[in-house]
Amino acid sequence: MPNQRTQFTALMRILHWTMAAMVLTQLGIGITMVASLADYHTLVSIHRPLGAAILVLVVVRFVVRQLSPLPPFPPTMSRLERMAALASEYTLYGFMFVLPLVGWSMLSAARYPVMLFGSVHLPFILPHDALLYAILRRTHTILAYLLFLTYLAHFGAILFHTLIVRDGMLFRMVPWNVRPREVVRGSSQPTSRRERVEV
Amino acid sequence: MAIQHEAPPDARPHLSTAGKVARLTLIGAALAAVAGTFAYLGGWLTPNALTPARFTDGFEEVYGVHPGFRRNHAKGVGVWGFFESNGNGVRLSKAAVFRPGRVSVLGRFSLGGGQPYAPDSASDVRGLGLQFSLPDGELWRTAMIHLPVFPFRTPEAFYENLFASRPDPSTGQPDPAKMQAFLAHHPETAEALKFIKSQPASSGFGDSTFHGLNAFRFINAAGESTPVRWILTPAQPWNTTPSQDKNFLFEALIAQIHRQPLQWYLIVIVGQPGDPTNDATIAWPAGREQVNVGTLTFDRVESDDTSAARDINFDPLALPAGIATSDDPLLSARSAVYSQSFTRRAGEQKQPSAITPAEVDKGK
Repeated sequence: MPNQRTQFTALMRILHWTMAAMVLTQLGIGITMVASLADYHTLVSIHRPLGAAILVLVVVRFVVRQLSPLPPFPPTMSRLERMAALASEYTLYGFMFVLPLVGWSMLSAARYPVMLFGSVHLPFILPHDALLYAILRRTHTILAYLLFLTYLAHFGAILFHTLIVRDGMLFRMVPWNVRPREVVRGSSQPTSRRERVEV
Repeated sequence: MAIQHEAPPDARPHLSTAGKVARLTLIGAALAAVAGTFAYLGGWLTPNALTPARFTDGFEEVYGVHPGFRRNHAKGVGVWGFFESNGNGVRLSKAAVFRPGRVSVLGRFSLGGGQPYAPDSASDVRGLGLQFSLPDGELWRTAMIHLPVFPFRTPEAFYENLFASRPDPSTGQPDPAKMQAFLAHHPETAEALKFIKSQPASSGFGDSTFHGLNAFRFINAAGESTPVRWILTPAQPWNTTPSQDKNFLFEALIAQIHRQPLQWYLIVIVGQPGDPTNDATIAWPAGREQVNVGTLTFDRVESDDTSAARDINFDPLALPAGIATSDDPLLSARSAVYSQSFTRRAGEQKQPSAITPAEVDKGK
């Protein structure tokens, strides 16, 4: 029986938009705080617990993704495009997992206290080592820029699908429920022009 | 054309070339807007704004780059000891460090300035960085100096002074005209310097009173917030004899600790409503309640080369629950610039410091 799902599950959509807001906020805070004298402390005090929350949520999200039924790709997408979409999805998961972990590791190596709220703080997960800190600190920045670029590609791709291809791909992830008809109002045939050309 | 004939029936309205171009432009504009916002946030569009990196560049410009060393307070030694709390601080702060008992303390005595091998001078600013290791794993760090008030109210003023007080290469002295211009611009600095000169002078590290300078807030178990400042007053009478020896201040400190532990009382000054918490150039009125919350003892001294303190950032905003920042603009800026300096030196090759392990052992 063909997959009749038109959208990701409600839980996956909630996780997607919550984490989208958190990750964009986190990137914005990160790039702002390193250039700020007046707001440095306030921003760092948000950046650390927010990073910890992202680390926890991305693990939850990854498990949920493995256990949830997924809607099919729009028929407008070629096999190559589907592979690219999957790769970028896993790349984003990877960044959301590794970036906070590198942040926690570098703070541990530098012996910066990682305060979350009140007296609750994270333990150090690496030995005190300044050189290790320096390497991880640089890694953190590089990964953050790569995550930002991956996000831009993701954002650009969905805009392209929504405005140019017009295959209703965005409806798979919108927070509200949509009827199947709207989702497949692009090409509803099993093989599209695009696929036929490329196959 | 043949391909188009193969296309399945399509519910989408036809998109003209002009429409496609317009939509692609819209996509490009959306991506550029996001990227531009981040560039703005990261300070890329305001290249003249004072950032932690540019502040640190200022230290490097004035003092030179000395790889592996702190960009300020470059010359120093590490110490180990403990803080014995008497419990008097509990009513003001719920921080575990103020409960009766003992916590271990890592410290670093230093001299102001970015030159790690400069000869000691009695007129140097003496610094003391502390890290209290609280029983639940929290850390409290504070970086104190021996001046009773800080000469600068804002990070910008500090930065300006860095260049105004820079020694002229031909005379070795700061240009008096530049200093005068700076003080005319910053009457609060002139007032602070007058106040500093009016206070009794100390001779070296051991008889210095160290000041936390900035105001903080203590929060007790009932959630009450109190503006405070803290100082360390020396428990021992002590006199350092000035000498031509280029490390005389540190040598006297090392000899003293080898002879017997050095002690300070940690005094919390309790602010009253209306006492300025955002101006480190002004001392609070005399007569404010002073609470002795415990005794700090240093019984071990170590070269920067081997001390854990070398690779610690004595960030004044590394605070446990029960101690919070104030509205003093210096605090966040100190935190930011210390962090920048730490990140730079952490990745650099380490050089032996002025006070080597052999130097420290000699004092035994």
